[in-house]
Amino acid sequence: MERGYAIRKNRYFDSVFLMQVAQRLGEQPGIEQALALMGTEENKRLLLTMGFEAPEVATAGPNDLIVALKGSDASKLQEILKDLDVWLVRKPSRLSQAITHTLDQGLEALPQANLVSISIPGQYAAREARRALERGLNVFFFSSNVAMEDELALKQYAWKHGLIVMGPDCGTAIISGIGLGFANAVRRGPIGVIGSMGTGLQEFTCLVHKAGSGISHAIGTGSRDLSDEISGLSTLTALEALEADPQTAVIALLSKPPGEKTLHKLLKRLNQSKKPLVACFLGIREYPRPGEDRFVTARTLDEAATLAVQLATGEPVSFAAVDPQRLQLLIAEQRAAMAPEQRYLRGIFAGGTFCYEAQQLMRDAGLMVFSNAPLEGMCALSDPWRSQAHTLVDMGAEMFTQGRPHPMIDASLRRQRILAEAEDPEVAVLLLDFILGYNASPSPVGDLLEAIRQAKLRARQRGGFLSIVASVCGTEEDPQDLDEQIKLLEELGVVVLPSNAQAALFARTLVLELLQ
Amino acid sequence: MSEQGKAKTALDTLLQDGPTVINLGLQEFAEALQDQGAGVIHVDWRPPAGGDEELAELLGKLL
Repeated sequence: MERGYAIRKNRYFDSVFLMQVAQRLGEQPGIEQALALMGTEENKRLLLTMGFEAPEVATAGPNDLIVALKGSDASKLQEILKDLDVWLVRKPSRLSQAITHTLDQGLEALPQANLVSISIPGQYAAREARRALERGLNVFFFSSNVAMEDELALKQYAWKHGLIVMGPDCGTAIISGIGLGFANAVRRGPIGVIGSMGTGLQEFTCLVHKAGSGISHAIGTGSRDLSDEISGLSTLTALEALEADPQTAVIALLSKPPGEKTLHKLLKRLNQSKKPLVACFLGIREYPRPGEDRFVTARTLDEAATLAVQLATGEPVSFAAVDPQRLQLLIAEQRAAMAPEQRYLRGIFAGGTFCYEAQQLMRDAGLMVFSNAPLEGMCALSDPWRSQAHTLVDMGAEMFTQGRPHPMIDASLRRQRILAEAEDPEVAVLLLDFILGYNASPSPVGDLLEAIRQAKLRARQRGGFLSIVASVCGTEEDPQDLDEQIKLLEELGVVVLPSNAQAALFARTLVLELLQ
Repeated sequence: MSEQGKAKTALDTLLQDGPTVINLGLQEFAEALQDQGAGVIHVDWRPPAGGDEELAELLGKLL
């Protein structure tokens, strides 16, 4: 097999565009594999693990473009690499406004702007966020890999000036019905939600929508906001704003367990809430009770959504429940088809919150799992790229996304991981999530369909059966077709349940039965 | 800050009016905002000074 490389010094392209370039190159006859990446250390490591080893790759820097091709025909590789610039042309913009090149030019063109959305590489992002705040603009901060001290300084500045920094590492927000980043199209309504977990916010807003209610605002705060270093500056700012907001009747707060000091401060503040409030700290073992609680607590995102809708409507809520007897029958049927050595659970998640929520549900049943993002009490994977025993992997973690798009856009690493799991004869259950919405892949299910088919086939060839259970986070209003996405999965024999928690519970029951 | 009798903050105004956005980075984000009917302008961001961080830091201080 031949390999070819091209380096373009100081040519910056964003990771989503480069993913599209690689996809188009990979579709050319004679090309078996194509990669187009900026030369970050992580990307160079990835190239090495894929067998792309060359001196010019080793010397490329983070602002240099690397294109690496593998194929059977050396002349075809050279032909493409010689005319590489042809492949680096963007399709025409769909935007009605002219494109600008700096924040100040943007502000000149749109002086009524009240928010800056930042999705540039982390090492440059804090500087632009600072600039935005100094111009009196709120910030939606999608970029990750931002230094903790920069985050703290930005949030302290915002706090003093009545602004908010949603992020860094903030995947989603919905402000007055407008989705930012990865957001779902949900009904507007009386529930305001604050969250440091992107996919947690998405699941919550979709579940509220499915229960017939709606969202006033969903304010992301970034994954580290409730750490003791940041002490919840954006969460507290958002809480105050939602209390004052006339569209919001009920407030929900979703997070991983806050830092110890921050938790006590926050609970005190929640007890002074001016509006009914639901708190869900996924993964927390117990809520400290500093006194008479004026808020209610939830264990899972399903429960948080149910409680919030009940508080908003005063009516009991029931989501479209799945018949438990049917699920029991299905579990028995799947178990009977498995080979004796099949016993392990593997969860390959695009959504970090889903990975976390699934771990909590496994821990509740005493099931020890490995993860690259372990919940307290769980084990860290010694190598995030390889599963062991029961493993739940967050494929959206920084180690997998530096210099490449999030798995909600780029399914290639998740596809490879599913195929790798399928080669392990001890794997019994694959747990997957599919996340629809703005800016996500046009067909999250379609991206993994062939890998799912292959994985099922590999287990059959070994005389076993691979159970695949999934949830689809989305609404019928999303740009993707929710019903069609579910149908594609079900046609392949995937068990599709209405939420991540329910899918994880199904997987848990099956794995526990296999242990007996 | 935003309680009765206190001045509205920039965040209160954002929640009340909805977002009007300057988008730095992924062009797809600007397109999705436009599709939803939000006011948006896209900034085609490039690394400063061809990616030399030290130089960019210095320029940032000078400007």
